[in-house]
Amino acid sequence: MSRHTLSVLVENKPGVLTRVAALFARRAFNIHSLAVGPTEHEDISRITVVVDVDELPLEQVTKQLNKLVHVLKIVELDAESSVQRQLLLVKVRADASTRSGVLEVVNLFRAHVVDVVPDTVVVEAIGTDAKLDALVAALEPYGVREIVKSGTLAIGRGSRSITDRALERVRTA
Amino acid sequence: MAQPHPSPAQVAARSGSVAPAARASAAPVREEMTGAQSVVRSLEEVGAEVVFGIPGGAILPAYDPLMDSERLRHILVRHEQGGGHAASGYAHATGKVGVTMATSGPGATNLVTPIADANMDSIPMVAITGQVGAAAIGTDAFQEADIVGITMPITKHSYLVTDPAEIPRTIAEAFHIASTGRPGPVLVDIAKSALQSPTTFEWPTEPHLPGYHPVTRPHGKQVREAARLLATARRPVLYVGGGVIRAGAWEGVRRLVDVSGAAVVTTLMARGAVPDSHPQHLGMPGMHGTVPAVAALQKADLIVALGARFDDRVTGKLSSFAPHAAIVHADIDPAEIGKNREVDVPIVGDLREVVAELVPALEAEHAKNGLPDLAAWWHQIDTWRETYPLGYTPTADGLLAPQHVISRLGEIAGSDAVYVSGVGQHQMWAAQFIRYEQPRTWINSGGLGTMGYAVPAAMGAKVGRPDATVWAVDGDGCFQMTNQELATCVINEIPIKVALVNNSSLGMVRQWQTLFYDSRYSNTDLHTGHGTQRVPDFVKLADAYGCVGIRVEHESEVDDALRRANEIDDRPVVVDLTVSRDAMVWPMVAAGVSNDDIQYARGISPAWDREE
Repeated sequence: MSRHTLSVLVENKPGVLTRVAALFARRAFNIHSLAVGPTEHEDISRITVVVDVDELPLEQVTKQLNKLVHVLKIVELDAESSVQRQLLLVKVRADASTRSGVLEVVNLFRAHVVDVVPDTVVVEAIGTDAKLDALVAALEPYGVREIVKSGTLAIGRGSRSITDRALERVRTA
Repeated sequence: MAQPHPSPAQVAARSGSVAPAARASAAPVREEMTGAQSVVRSLEEVGAEVVFGIPGGAILPAYDPLMDSERLRHILVRHEQGGGHAASGYAHATGKVGVTMATSGPGATNLVTPIADANMDSIPMVAITGQVGAAAIGTDAFQEADIVGITMPITKHSYLVTDPAEIPRTIAEAFHIASTGRPGPVLVDIAKSALQSPTTFEWPTEPHLPGYHPVTRPHGKQVREAARLLATARRPVLYVGGGVIRAGAWEGVRRLVDVSGAAVVTTLMARGAVPDSHPQHLGMPGMHGTVPAVAALQKADLIVALGARFDDRVTGKLSSFAPHAAIVHADIDPAEIGKNREVDVPIVGDLREVVAELVPALEAEHAKNGLPDLAAWWHQIDTWRETYPLGYTPTADGLLAPQHVISRLGEIAGSDAVYVSGVGQHQMWAAQFIRYEQPRTWINSGGLGTMGYAVPAAMGAKVGRPDATVWAVDGDGCFQMTNQELATCVINEIPIKVALVNNSSLGMVRQWQTLFYDSRYSNTDLHTGHGTQRVPDFVKLADAYGCVGIRVEHESEVDDALRRANEIDDRPVVVDLTVSRDAMVWPMVAAGVSNDDIQYARGISPAWDREE
């Protein structure tokens, strides 16, 4: 199994996310993370889905996704030619005796503290999966109380836009 | 018809499922009406002729204008499942889009089986369901069910309509999606509030489907590569699937068979796509296929799959299927190509266009390099055909052999009749022992294997083709699941005929119990046949519905009864053919086993492995 990041451009219609997610479930594909949001065009939403799957089943899932009427375009983004980021919020124990240690870790990872109370801090960090995993591992000894992650977002490097042609379709159809 | 490369819209228009663009020349219409009237008007404009349905609370507003429609015939079925299968049988027999209508909640959930069935067998179908009022959606209101959610994995597409202005475009899109590309079922769920609200009906309407672009034109290079392989293969087989019928590609495929000289097999969904009388036709492949068809695929050096999907019932154990064959796979659905079997030459396209290009490409190869020498291949195939013809042994209990009655039905009703089957032993025997010479004369539930398909689907087929003789070949188990539609047939003067192959049990399950469960017959005895209480008595049941009921118990009565039934055309006929329960379907490749281990009859396997 290998990890693949798919950018799925879809029409911004009710139920689209359900259709996409249900398709993964029905065809027994494992979703590692999924993020969805609007794009520069109000009629198009973008789903970034990270799956653990071999090459051949990936081709099958892409073809099945393409059969969904509301799916406009699917692009696989590899790690080299794209920027991939995830947002992490983590609540860590940090009282007077441990706070400086926690803050040192936060600074080392170029993360930020976004909330402080006497016994905990909330840390915000943006990065790749690997970086965020390392951050969490470094905070672990202090006591991690809660983790929330956004799911990976990805965009191709360079000037080309994957939405251009999908946009044309939506406008002319 | 002469146009070589029809667009999907033209294909749809020709096959009767009128795509919105096809009627765009009519004067534009803009009228004030209710959402309910808009539904009926949209169905009329899109070219629907028949709706199979049942009213209920949420869909009730649509039934009022339906009563006045002069262009739409509504047939009141007795169960929504019957309505769905009738729409499917109608679609299968005519190539047009079948339409079914039901109310919300239980009405809609009763459509789940026919929708799943149509999805598996690529049947163009539009299901229109009422939904509770928009304000009540999500509140667990009376007769509320999330039918869009429930059917999401078993529809080609689905809609929930709460704005009445959306009705015309939604119905036009639903018909377009159902009938183009790989056909399939589309659900349109309409809130009662939308049906009751005033709206402006506008037609024609432009579909807005930016993500829907079925590829119909095959890639020229791939077609030429397929032609090159076909011209040089020594053991070629054309593996013809149901897509050939859906695409209306049988004439082109027939040309391909003739020009290539290859062996041809027709799957359960494709029986009739190539005439059984064609000398290169080896019959049906698969679990209950003929030995020559199964063996030819196993020994082939080239398989050209046309609108087929390498289903497990055809391939047997996938890893040992056709181990020496290069694969050319042509299908309109890209997701089918390479799904089960790795492909050497993928061709995505409408099969009419694929064969229209493949035949001349193959002829060009032949002109350049001469005809391939297939004599050794045909010698081998003919040996299999002589050694392992389709057949059956007489029954040990002296009761009627089901294969005999089905063979006789095929002879008596002939190859112009339409045969519609349920699922099980009778289905396999009907696929094996009736000779099909024309497309759309064999209708069955292949992918989903829906017991109870025959009676309602035969009803739909008869509505679509009133001049054809339509025979349901049914089993006693299947028949008891949907025979209520005989009432619909009688009341609406739809004179179908039912050959009820009554072995008093769930025959196929019983066969597996015989073979794999030590003959322990757990819950397969139905008590409808010889020496039982006959509950129900099918002749009395037929009589109660106003049909003609005929019982046949002896071989001497078979021909007369079938001839008599064949001649009755003023009402439905049920012929209760009580047969032996011990007859089994052969040949057989047991589930999950290699096709090489096909058994010609119980314990008898062809000896090819020892020969080689």
